[in-house]
Amino acid sequence: MKAKNQRLILLALAIVAVGIAALLAMSAMRDQASFFYAPADVARQGIPLDRAVRIGGMVRRNSLHRHPDGVTIDFLVGDETPSVIRVTYRGITPDLFREGSGVIAEGRFQPNGQFTATEILAKHDENYMPPELTRRGMHRTDHVG
Amino acid sequence: MIAEAGLALLWLAASLSLLQLVLGAAALRPGNEPLLRIVRPVAVAQGLLVGLSFLTLIWLFLRTDLSVKLVAANSHSLKPWLYKFAGAWGNHEGSMLLWVTVLAVAGAGVALFERRLRQDTLIATLAAQAAIGLGFYLYILIASNPFERLFPVPVEGNGLNPLLQDPGLAFHPPTLYFGYVGISIAFSFAVGALITRDVGPAFARAMRPWVLGAWIFLTLGITAGSYWAYYELGWGGWWFWDPVENASLMPWLAATALLHSVTVLATRAGLRAWTIMLAVVAFSMSMIGTFLVRSGILTSVHAFAVDPLRGAFILGLLAFYIGGALLLFGLRVRYVKEGSTFEIVSREASLVINNLFLSVILGLVFIGTLYPLVTQAMGREISVGPPYFNTAIGPIALALAAIMTIGPMLRWRRDQLRALAGRIAAPALLSAAVLLLVVILAPGTRWLPLLGLAFAPGVALASLAPLWGRNLRRTPLFICGMVVAHLGIAVALAGMAADSAFTQETLIAAHPGQTIEAGPFTIRFVGVEPVPGPNWTAIEAQLEARRGAGEPFLLTPQARLFDSPPTPTSETSIQTLWDGQLYVAIGDGDDQGRWQLRIWWKPFVTLIWAGGALVAIGGFLSLLGRLWRERRFKPEAQALPEPQEALA
Repeated sequence: MKAKNQRLILLALAIVAVGIAALLAMSAMRDQASFFYAPADVARQGIPLDRAVRIGGMVRRNSLHRHPDGVTIDFLVGDETPSVIRVTYRGITPDLFREGSGVIAEGRFQPNGQFTATEILAKHDENYMPPELTRRGMHRTDHVG
Repeated sequence: MIAEAGLALLWLAASLSLLQLVLGAAALRPGNEPLLRIVRPVAVAQGLLVGLSFLTLIWLFLRTDLSVKLVAANSHSLKPWLYKFAGAWGNHEGSMLLWVTVLAVAGAGVALFERRLRQDTLIATLAAQAAIGLGFYLYILIASNPFERLFPVPVEGNGLNPLLQDPGLAFHPPTLYFGYVGISIAFSFAVGALITRDVGPAFARAMRPWVLGAWIFLTLGITAGSYWAYYELGWGGWWFWDPVENASLMPWLAATALLHSVTVLATRAGLRAWTIMLAVVAFSMSMIGTFLVRSGILTSVHAFAVDPLRGAFILGLLAFYIGGALLLFGLRVRYVKEGSTFEIVSREASLVINNLFLSVILGLVFIGTLYPLVTQAMGREISVGPPYFNTAIGPIALALAAIMTIGPMLRWRRDQLRALAGRIAAPALLSAAVLLLVVILAPGTRWLPLLGLAFAPGVALASLAPLWGRNLRRTPLFICGMVVAHLGIAVALAGMAADSAFTQETLIAAHPGQTIEAGPFTIRFVGVEPVPGPNWTAIEAQLEARRGAGEPFLLTPQARLFDSPPTPTSETSIQTLWDGQLYVAIGDGDDQGRWQLRIWWKPFVTLIWAGGALVAIGGFLSLLGRLWRERRFKPEAQALPEPQEALA
């Protein structure tokens, strides 16, 4: 085989590989990427039931309850609108999780509108605000909720 | 005064990098040969000056000089000295200074030690390295000055993010940076060789040790970072597909591919243009990673508070360097000769497949990491996490592991398929047997961990094959290095698969005195007591664990409250046993006197990091082997044909 032909074959292989990667990425992305919902989105668009999603907002004051088993909690997540989402979570909450501050939860909605979180995302400092929320013009304020 | 001295050193280093670039460019013109001899000393001096500047910053942190804005914002006089020291790079400005320091020191290393590269290519390489440095010096001096003063001087500093107050901070960032930024050498070599049209086996042999060196540090840095996240975050995971982790994984994937393709170029004069391309891509990934991590578009412990202007600045630098290198590549690629040919069943072909798979994985990580940023710009918030990465990458990574073991068994240029079948029979049988065993003993194991468990022993056995029938004392060191590195991959694979298949998790709110069953362990919750630390106070739980009738041992997870800034963190307690780790984190207490405890039994999880360390050790052996061999055959270094099995 001539060196030139071999180079063309290798080039073609590389392009095929890139194509496969793109296809794989797109199909995996369609099934696995999770969309972000604020409480207002859920109120407007309905409950996304078919897939794992992320929700975020402020933990409403006086909404946090611990269940008798000691490791399950539920709380309300609100935003600047009156809408709220009730979230249940079984696990140890991040160190900085508390009422009146920002939170992001990953998980699924139940048909009754409750959200079962598989993960509560930690925020790393006092001033942290989920970027999904700051970009929507929501600021860290204590009057929310 | 010390801060001003540090800044002055930085300005001097920046001017020297400009001088290095200009002199280097001028020296390459015909008639300017005398200039060639000045470039090396300038590069060394530049490395020295920026190194001193960085030491100055460390000194300011050690002394807690609160008149320096950076120290006041990120340090505290009552912090343990190790965190004062490591705190120098636990912030945006300091970490960027470390970045440029590594860049300049790596350039100085090339100027001091590189003797094989053609002189004009070497000068072009140093000029390219200086060009990269110049941009980042500008960035630091204009947008991110670490030596800025603060007036009035505060009485006390703000303290360091408690999550960073861990011995890991002293080790993980510098190691990672040496790899991450050290790979810039490959980029500059590629640019240099394109400029002087010197892409060939001799060039590849000169470049290989530098790539290997950076790759070893990168491997160690990623492994250490993974373990740090594992015990510090207390979530029981060791890899989260966080964009920051991906930012270090992408250059590693590209560097790993480069390491293999450069061998084809050095040994068989093949894959010329591709190797150059990979060298450009590897450091481009480092720069993209720097942008992701340091621009503030991501939220993570790595992204210190930053303003958007800085992000735009780094993005500009990034576009300039990557664009420039690709443009040069496009203009010069037609002068790069085609490589020697090879058959479909050959060592070269297996390395091409290795490169394709690594590139596909790199592409998948790249898309998964950047896609959310793209959709965000279009107004839709999405997040891409482990489900995407595991589904898309898992199968390819397994196939890659298989190819990895077949490659070293093949001869260069041409081999027989039938001979190969004989060589892989034993490992394949072993894998099949393990597969059967796991299916019978642990039904219901998900398919990806199942395949991982089955592949690992076969891959481990096959990775030893290059040593089969050899006199071990006469085996070249770089072959041993390859075997150890490949074995490390198998070991890490076993750890990942075992962790995801067999981890047992217990979540409970327990009273002191209560006994908890967690996996094979019986754990008695003795009680909690307050514990004072140097700059924190903690509530420590004491748990006495034993397996069956074995010796009991004590676990002491803590919930800490740091003084400054006042921040709660949790410290996990981990007991390492020969067959895995028992991992405990403590949560909140409640009004009934119960405490939340989260307990994981993770069989063989330690193999993940042991494998990572083996990979790095393999790289190190290989590097030693190469350097030793070159010393021994120095006079004929250019003429000596590499032996058939040469592969590191």
